[in-house]
Amino acid sequence: MGNPTRGGGVEQSSYTTVFGSLDSFDKGGVELVNDDARHYAFSNVFEVASMSKPWEKVAVAKNFEYVLEAVRAEGTSPWRTAAHDEFAVCMDGQVSVELVKLESSPLPADAEGSVALDGDPVGAKMGRVTLSRGHQVLLPAGAAYRFVAAAPSVLMMQTIAGPDTQYRWAEICQTV
Amino acid sequence: MTVTDTQVNQSETPNAEGYFSFTLGEFQFRRDEYFVYITWPTGHHVMSVDAFLRALQRDVAWDFFYGIVNFDGVFGTVNHYGTVDIFAGRYNDSYRKAELDYSENHETPAIRETFKSILADWTNETFDPFASPHETGAAWGIKNGDNNSAVTRRRVAAQRMVGVPGDEQIRSDESGFRINRHFLDVDQSEPVVEAEPGFEGEVVAFNLFAYLSRSDVTWNPSVVSACKDSLFCPTTEEYILPIIHGNDRVEWFVQLSDQIHWDVEDRDTGAIRSRVLMKAGDVCAMPADIRHQGYSPKRSMLLVWENNSSKVPELIASGQAPTYPVEF
Ligand SMILES: [Fe+2]
Repeated sequence: MGNPTRGGGVEQSSYTTVFGSLDSFDKGGVELVNDDARHYAFSNVFEVASMSKPWEKVAVAKNFEYVLEAVRAEGTSPWRTAAHDEFAVCMDGQVSVELVKLESSPLPADAEGSVALDGDPVGAKMGRVTLSRGHQVLLPAGAAYRFVAAAPSVLMMQTIAGPDTQYRWAEICQTV
Repeated sequence: MTVTDTQVNQSETPNAEGYFSFTLGEFQFRRDEYFVYITWPTGHHVMSVDAFLRALQRDVAWDFFYGIVNFDGVFGTVNHYGTVDIFAGRYNDSYRKAELDYSENHETPAIRETFKSILADWTNETFDPFASPHETGAAWGIKNGDNNSAVTRRRVAAQRMVGVPGDEQIRSDESGFRINRHFLDVDQSEPVVEAEPGFEGEVVAFNLFAYLSRSDVTWNPSVVSACKDSLFCPTTEEYILPIIHGNDRVEWFVQLSDQIHWDVEDRDTGAIRSRVLMKAGDVCAMPADIRHQGYSPKRSMLLVWENNSSKVPELIASGQAPTYPVEF
């Protein structure tokens, strides 16, 4: 039994919000009338992560130099850094993030995209963040970061294409 | 013709229903209980006042947004980022073929002030154009107060990320943002942040889904994080996108929760190109030569991802960059 709201209609008494996960996702798609499916590059971050190796950075969206990457988080990632801010959204599971202020960055100030570091970073510990589903973290410019996930989880990265960005459009996108 | 007059031209007295009429260049606008009437030198048009105010609210709040804001298949605006075209029939095949389409270019402040004045005068106290139909009363009827606090809501625009000291802050009951009735089941826990002394300003995280669950508006993309010109503009959606958005660049959608149906049409003619169904986790590009309108059966969370670079529209319009995002 719902309550009439201001507009006068009767609503359900409760609603269930549907999120996706590695274990449970349901894809929509493009229903073509007069177009090419590849123009939409339609994919699903959970499906991409389910087909990826841990820590692979697979582009699911690209707009000129900028990308969104789906990352399967599992175990401990290599250390990485970028000369600009990046962001990660935990889409499923739980992921912790360790941050270190690099004494000297291997990158010029105008470098775009992140790179892996050789070995452990040298610099002051900045702190640690533990993300659950729906949480977004700042990966600040000039910091080194690594992720730790005890169980398979999914991250979505907001960044710029770099040397380790993987492009698998034909495998991950609807083509017809 | 670029019109530079920033004076708002409104009638001296209200009409029988209590509303002022407005003119902008050769366009004239008036409303009565149910409808908005728009006239221009080669034609005229009628819209439901409910649909018109919902569209006008977005056009004003977004400062004319990216590309084209079609109020419907006839009337709308094109943003040139400094000036704005106001048009009738320009993206309508029949009007074009009959040569009845009409367009004027105005300095942004002139159209902004006129549209704000129309929105303020024509929105009654019973109606919130940003709310879903279930959350607000009707737009209809004779003049009945105003709802200026609703129509002048401040648009959120994080410079770095929500939650960073000095930037946009997270939402709470205390700050006046209660959890929306459709998102009562969304986890509200904040991330565990352990910053070393001196790094509190850089070790920052927030619960994006909880933040969105407390949005008090629909169909209003607002920046939560910025990687140079890459902007995360998530929004909560319910019922129908009140405009048909025509792109001047590729735009990407990531469905964060629930689902949205999209009609995708040719930007210039309105001919249908596809229908897209997006479910949680789905990622889809909207090409630069389309227009789209979304339908969300339950309030849902949509991440709109924009490239804010001012170089992009020209690269696409001149054909130097393709209208779709990737080649494969
Ligand atoms: Fe759009």
